[in-house]
Amino acid sequence: MGDLPPDPEPPPQPTSSRRNSQVSERRRSREHSRPQPTVPGEVQQVPLDAQILRSSREMVSNQINRGWSQGASLTPNENFIFQAEEAQRGGIEYPSLNTGFPSEVQPQTYPSEGRLQASHNASLMLQQLQQGKGNLFQQLESAYQEPRADLLGQYTRYQREDLQFSQGTQHGPYLRDDPVLQFSPSELGFMPFNVEVPEPDPRELAVQNAKAYLLQTSVNCDLSLYEHLVNLLTKILNQRPEDPLFLLESLNRTTQWEWFHPKLDTLRDDPEMQTTYEMAERHKALFSQSGGGEGEQEMEEEVAETAVPNIMEKAFYFEQAGVGLSSDESFRIFLALKQLVEQWPIHTCRFWGKILGLRRSYLVAEVEFREGEEEVEEEEVEEVMEGGEVMEAHGEEEGEEGEEDEEKVTDVIPKPTWKPPPVVPKEESRNGTNKYLYFVCNEPGQPWVRLPHVTPIQIVQARKIKKFFTGFLDAPVISYPPFPGNEANYLRAQIARISAATHISPLGFYQFGEEEGDEEEEGGAGRDSYEENPDFEGIPVLELVDSMANWVHHTQHILPQGRCTWVNPLQKTEEEEELGEEEEKADEGIEEVEQEVGPPLLTPLSEDAEIMHMSPWTARLSCSLSPQYSVAVVRSNLWPGAYAYASGKKFENIYIGWGHKYSPENFNPSLPAPVQQEYPSSPEIMEMSDPTVEEEQALKAAQEQALAAAEEEEEDEEEDEDEDQDD
Amino acid sequence: MDEESLLLSLELASGSGQGLSPDRRASLLTSLMLVKRDYRFDRVLFWGRILSLVADYYIAQGLSEDQLSPRKTLYSLNCMEWSLLPPATEEMEMQTSVVKGRFMGDPSHEYEHTELQKVNEGEKVFEEEVVVQIKEETRLVSIIDQIDKAVAVIPRGALFKTPFGPIRVNRTFEGLSSSEAKKLSSYFHFREPVELKNKTLLEKADLDPSLDFMDSLEHDIPKGPGAELRLGRERPQCAGE
Repeated sequence: MGDLPPDPEPPPQPTSSRRNSQVSERRRSREHSRPQPTVPGEVQQVPLDAQILRSSREMVSNQINRGWSQGASLTPNENFIFQAEEAQRGGIEYPSLNTGFPSEVQPQTYPSEGRLQASHNASLMLQQLQQGKGNLFQQLESAYQEPRADLLGQYTRYQREDLQFSQGTQHGPYLRDDPVLQFSPSELGFMPFNVEVPEPDPRELAVQNAKAYLLQTSVNCDLSLYEHLVNLLTKILNQRPEDPLFLLESLNRTTQWEWFHPKLDTLRDDPEMQTTYEMAERHKALFSQSGGGEGEQEMEEEVAETAVPNIMEKAFYFEQAGVGLSSDESFRIFLALKQLVEQWPIHTCRFWGKILGLRRSYLVAEVEFREGEEEVEEEEVEEVMEGGEVMEAHGEEEGEEGEEDEEKVTDVIPKPTWKPPPVVPKEESRNGTNKYLYFVCNEPGQPWVRLPHVTPIQIVQARKIKKFFTGFLDAPVISYPPFPGNEANYLRAQIARISAATHISPLGFYQFGEEEGDEEEEGGAGRDSYEENPDFEGIPVLELVDSMANWVHHTQHILPQGRCTWVNPLQKTEEEEELGEEEEKADEGIEEVEQEVGPPLLTPLSEDAEIMHMSPWTARLSCSLSPQYSVAVVRSNLWPGAYAYASGKKFENIYIGWGHKYSPENFNPSLPAPVQQEYPSSPEIMEMSDPTVEEEQALKAAQEQALAAAEEEEEDEEEDEDEDQDD
Repeated sequence: MDEESLLLSLELASGSGQGLSPDRRASLLTSLMLVKRDYRFDRVLFWGRILSLVADYYIAQGLSEDQLSPRKTLYSLNCMEWSLLPPATEEMEMQTSVVKGRFMGDPSHEYEHTELQKVNEGEKVFEEEVVVQIKEETRLVSIIDQIDKAVAVIPRGALFKTPFGPIRVNRTFEGLSSSEAKKLSSYFHFREPVELKNKTLLEKADLDPSLDFMDSLEHDIPKGPGAELRLGRERPQCAGE
């Protein structure tokens, strides 16, 4: 047994050997029957040996399997290969153990030396078995103990060896699976081998590199060439088709297909990846505490100064009023707002409401940044505006050049007289309609998206159209008159309108700050800032419900222009004056714009205009059965979905709805404008029918008559002159 | 919503922002039970709420054994005392189509609508202005009927038709699978079928007469966004229910 050449690789004894033993058991039982008639004597002994071998092997393999599973570096695919080759291994080793049946030893022809070596080893084993079984016994016993001691060493050895096995090197996997060699004392030779080669060979390095290259995953999917080849070879070895080289192409294709369509285990159901699970995952992320919490001090700080509002309390009050989302959704919204506050430098934050959409809904948060945090967005916007102005100037220059060219041409193409109306500049951040910033998300757990500031033209157009929201911010808004922007802009415009119309508070909660300047200087626009009244003592609920004068608007009314403070659009900036001097003179005389005035801030609700003889607000107690604990609820009839509650010193506004104004009539989209006149009509280009023959003749006759009459007159005059001369 | 599963259904439908305050819920549960006993209904459903200027109407519907037979509608202003509404007729619908604006909140309120009617007096035909009075109750009835006809929706399999004719609740219905729930064709209008007889024989061959005896939502116009299915929370919520 010691004559066996030292096998450079220890046979791995992982699952392969286990499988091996199973296979061998089967074959064993089969072959048991056969030998019996011929060599009964040896048979008796062989099964005994075999049994011992088997049991010992199993024990070893179990141990190794356990060690194996602790840190398997072998992918299941490689295991398959082992198992596949296993089946063939059984063929070899089995006869080797069944001594005395050399006829059944069929050294399988494998194109690798390992095989031959294995068979060679097997035959050696045979000989040795024939020589002395007792010997075998002892050796087996010794070998039995060795593997256990050597277990770890083998294991680590295998890991390094792992890298060597690829591309059909002579140290193929076949050798390792040979259970015969497991117990060969050549293992003893492995020990020094272990010690001798701790550092990687250059060859080994090359092999590692090659394998790493093969393990690269493809760009399109997670499959790497290595895995694919492993799958393919496993498949071939399992199926053993007749002419594998010929079928290689189709097998390649089927293997690839199978990777993407894994055969489901028919005994066990795979859990479906439902959308509900994905949603739950996202919500779970909300619930994780941020930062890990470094001690209690930070916790206390957080508790004290957080901008996140107490959503649960407000939800409770709104629930009394019969409005609002369910309590767990409110809690999730609270967590989502907490996330928002952590991500952005937010000074105050409020849950504005929910706008329902056709496919998805929007959760809207009204936010105010800390001082000086908004500059980034403004710069971008300014760049865009400047870019626009440059374009306009360029356009005008081209126009002038065009004019010169046109003058040379005899036919002057009439220039269009239509000029786009002057653009009303949008309001600055923190002023008027852009006082707050709005963030939206579709569901709690999804990232918050900031909505852009609203421009007056968007508000003006939004008043004319009525479109449902789809739930996707980049969806186009297709309407007539065309809306300048996509759904994000439309959403922002509607939010602005709703805020301006329906944000109310009990009278006295807010008051004007100390006056900083005369009203007249500001053009009569009124004050546009307010502050909380520290002396506010709540109005009793019954009074709030009785009279609308106890509620006031605390957001500025939006003028027809689309802004809260009026700006004369004809006032041109310096640049425009330089370019448009000629045009100014034409304009001044024609257009005069009146200043638009709206109700000032903090006007009570009783001043609001009625709709169709209906009050625009409905106020009610939340529960008539217990008025002492009720909450006053006010509902807007103009914007269905806008609610406000007040109780004691607390109040809140919310909007949950589709985002549209109430109109008694069904909405009719406005018709397109009539086609503009393309050219001035004048007799030069007007078509007239050609004169008919009769008319021409009549004209001719008339002309001839006129001629004849003229000639007669001349003749008369000449006669007169002649007569005079004669005299 | 069935009064047995009222609370659960209310929570599921809370995505649209409309809910009931706790006192209303409590009173609904008790009063619906009593209504069921008094009118001998097989099932009482809470239909919903109509917002009006002064007070909201709470509507309930009672069904008898045959689920598709005309339902009796009741209304209440405080969720405690329920009054029966007359069944809807086409005449009512025509009358109320001219009334616009919100509900007042008072069932005895009368809307005035001036119409020009041609009056024949002898041989002269001239138009006279006639003031037609329409009661709010009538308007309520016809609105509920219109809403029901348009959007009352039921999933396929919840009801089945017995060979004798009456339609019963399917006790073995466990809900739609997630793939079925996304399709519009697995929902039906909860009313007498209108388009069913217009289907071709080929289409009819695919139908199961015990389950598919109502109009499906598939062929409704406007298509698509007319009735969008949104997967809300854990189960799909129909915009109609």
